[in-house]
Amino acid sequence: MNSLRCESVGLVETQYFKLQKQEKFHLALGGQLNYIDIAYETYGKLNNDKSNAILICHALSGNAHVGGYHQGDKKPGWWDAMIGKGRALDTDKYFVICSNVLGGCKGTTGPISINPDTNQPYGLSFPIITIKDMVNVQYQLLKYLGIKKLLSVIGGSMGGMQVLQWMALFPEKILSAIPISTTLKHTAQQIAFNEIGRQAIMADPNWKGGFYYGKSIPAKGLALARMLGHITYMSEKSMEDKFGRQRKGQPYPFRFNADFEVENYLHYKGDKFVERFDANSYLYITKAMDLFDITASGKTLDDIFRRLNAKILVIAFKSDWLYPIHQSKEIVKACKRAGLQTTFCEIASEYGHDAFLLEIEEQSHLISNFLKTVYKENKIKPLL
Amino acid sequence: MIIPDDYKIIVEIIKEGSSVLDLGCGNGDLLSVLIEKKGIKGQGIEIDEGAIYSCVAKGLNVFHDDLDNGLIDYSDLSFDYIIINQTLQELRNPHVVLKEALRVGIHAIVGFPNFAYWRARFQLFFLGKAPVTPSLPHKWYDTPNLHFLSISDFTDYCSENGIKIKKVYFFPSNLLTTLRPNIFALSAIFLISNK
Repeated sequence: MNSLRCESVGLVETQYFKLQKQEKFHLALGGQLNYIDIAYETYGKLNNDKSNAILICHALSGNAHVGGYHQGDKKPGWWDAMIGKGRALDTDKYFVICSNVLGGCKGTTGPISINPDTNQPYGLSFPIITIKDMVNVQYQLLKYLGIKKLLSVIGGSMGGMQVLQWMALFPEKILSAIPISTTLKHTAQQIAFNEIGRQAIMADPNWKGGFYYGKSIPAKGLALARMLGHITYMSEKSMEDKFGRQRKGQPYPFRFNADFEVENYLHYKGDKFVERFDANSYLYITKAMDLFDITASGKTLDDIFRRLNAKILVIAFKSDWLYPIHQSKEIVKACKRAGLQTTFCEIASEYGHDAFLLEIEEQSHLISNFLKTVYKENKIKPLL
Repeated sequence: MIIPDDYKIIVEIIKEGSSVLDLGCGNGDLLSVLIEKKGIKGQGIEIDEGAIYSCVAKGLNVFHDDLDNGLIDYSDLSFDYIIINQTLQELRNPHVVLKEALRVGIHAIVGFPNFAYWRARFQLFFLGKAPVTPSLPHKWYDTPNLHFLSISDFTDYCSENGIKIKKVYFFPSNLLTTLRPNIFALSAIFLISNK
């Protein structure tokens, strides 16, 4: 494969789609949104019969900008190494779509958006959303793009939850699915970590019941939530390898400032996050993750998976303790029971939960070959 | 690819369009041959991560898992054939896996090296050493094999457990192995089922 030239998709732009007002959007837990903007990016070309579309679902802090570069940016999209000519999601072959989730703060309607009915940001008047609502919004986007069937739907972590939700909600609309480092539902421990993050935000005096827009933002609280998050995204070993007990500058006099390198790193990551993420979005999205359970509708896993006729690739990482291997194996088990054509790979990575963003080579190999097989088996006509 | 003799026999046994689960499918060569020659619906289980990548490159469905508990989640008679080729001797609990294989599959195809091959007997009896033969090529300290069984052992096992032997093949295939398989065969393949 070395002869193949691999390239990023280069300069890209986020696009926007507005759901029409007459299409009131009803939410899974009640309530509705009268206006929804969806921020999305696409790469590659949709073929004539619209059969080469792949949807990527992003994780908690992700956005629609998954590949290529925005004008003036030094850093590419969050999974750029996977997308482009000759890469796992080969844009010579596939039409790749990624949209910002409902409740997000990167262009799709969320608590930071202005409610056209009041001309004020929604804040905490934003309704409680679920992973199912996120997927329903993605479905509306695909309808607008004229895509009836997805060649594949891919995502890690909360993106993986959306993949599972696609499998449950639109089994007839997907030819394959790739849930990565994810779970069928959160355990008490996973909910507990999210709750600490939420409490950190809400304990910040600047949070003001969620109506802080136009004033000082709850930066300390959000940074703290992100610091905690980062600990759960790394493994003990990856942290030890990266920081060990390295000190930063003069250890004395001792004043409880960032003394160890790891402290410094967490502070930096927390502060960086505050610049790009909205605290209320963090509350809404983490709650959606905690609420996620495809069997909540009363259908059993067997019922849900038996309706599928898709090929499944489940990927997990050995050192991921936030979404441990056994949770991925539960997904595999459901696939086995339903007799689905399934592949499961446990990648021996030491990066912890972050591995799904970092282990490009192994994931590229698995995903590119898996997609090639799905593509071939469905005899999709090549691009003209 | 040159198709090894044991693969040829397995291809011969398996009926066109069957569903097949290969336990310890390695890099997926056998499943690929079966898909090509018999149009099977195949699934592999393999513990080695590197082998998983080879399988996926061949377009196969494969589970990265330990065989000793790889079958629990399947319902009864999910497959036409379960293949346990050259893996039985490496399992921690071959008895459990065989029982499970015959629960999950209508048939099982079991291939293993014959520990009672004459050269192995010779080495053990006259030289007093753990045998090293073409079908058991490892030294005692680096062998993946945990269990050592002969063709007679497996035949006894089947009769003790009410397992029906439908067909059996010996390697190499010649007059000697037909007459005295437990002495002259390097390895064997059994086609077995519960009924």
